[in-house]
Amino acid sequence: MKMENKIIVICVTALLLAGCASTETQYYWGEYEDLVYKIHHTPSEVPPNVQIEKLLADIDKAGASGKPVPPGIYAHLGLMYAADGNKELALQSLIKEKELFPESAVFIDGIIKRSITNS
Amino acid sequence: MNTYILKFVLVSMILLTGCASVEPYNYGALKQAAPRSILVLPPMNSSIEVSAPYTYLSTVTKPLAEKGYYVFPVAVVDTFLKENGLPTPAEMNDIALDKIDEIIGADAVLYVDIQDWGQKFQILSSVTVVQGNVRLVSVKTGELLWAAPINAEYNPNNNNSGGGLLGALVVAVVSQIAGEISDNTPLVARMANNLAFNSAKRGLLNGPYKIEKAAK
Repeated sequence: MKMENKIIVICVTALLLAGCASTETQYYWGEYEDLVYKIHHTPSEVPPNVQIEKLLADIDKAGASGKPVPPGIYAHLGLMYAADGNKELALQSLIKEKELFPESAVFIDGIIKRSITNS
Repeated sequence: MNTYILKFVLVSMILLTGCASVEPYNYGALKQAAPRSILVLPPMNSSIEVSAPYTYLSTVTKPLAEKGYYVFPVAVVDTFLKENGLPTPAEMNDIALDKIDEIIGADAVLYVDIQDWGQKFQILSSVTVVQGNVRLVSVKTGELLWAAPINAEYNPNNNNSGGGLLGALVVAVVSQIAGEISDNTPLVARMANNLAFNSAKRGLLNGPYKIEKAAK
């Protein structure tokens, strides 16, 4: 690429980034998206106990960063605890999701009713 | 020097006209429904890349949640639906809205349709494309609240291919990390999402959890 083209590209990119999009996020995301990717592409890499470990680490880091935990993290953690056979912690995590995000109540209550208390 | 000035003028014109000529989205239905929560169903896929739906699914929670919506956990929803007799995205996309209301309690559903996905090998280079559409539909009324195309492409060799403004931006963002991973599609999908959800005049409006930054 010619020098002047490079300069133009850099200027335009800087303008666009400065003008339109801030990279600052509202939530602490950690490895969640990567985890969701791996669940479908390389599931053997992320058995429930590994997912639990990663999610708990992210929740810790969220606390340290002062940013809230995103929607869905505690529900996902709850499902992994259930898959790992830990009903008590599964229930606690699912209830935590509902407390943080009341919009999840119908779905979470259904999961608790069907999967946790009946099996 | 003359060509430099010419290019500068051209770029300025693109920036200015680009902003002015976009027709704003009609947000009437979205404003009236004012959804708080969004269920993203695993996408329909008419591309030949079978992994596209779940790769896309891994990129969509963050932009929607950052817009301020409650996003139902995509992997949990997928597991739940599979365990309840719906093994494929096609079947999941057929769920009646009143069932979604009853079982999941979502205010809106985001339906995703992937049309083209993945790496295209060309004679001298390869290009990674993501192409499709998203539609946000009210669970209560079935009304279309918002829709947008999701399109982006990344060409690692586009120094002289005239990728334009978008190309330059994609390269700038993606090339820093592209060397380290083998699958570029999540990055290209994120670019496509960013362009769709955060478009100034046609993007998705903010939801109830959005923390507005203090005005400068």
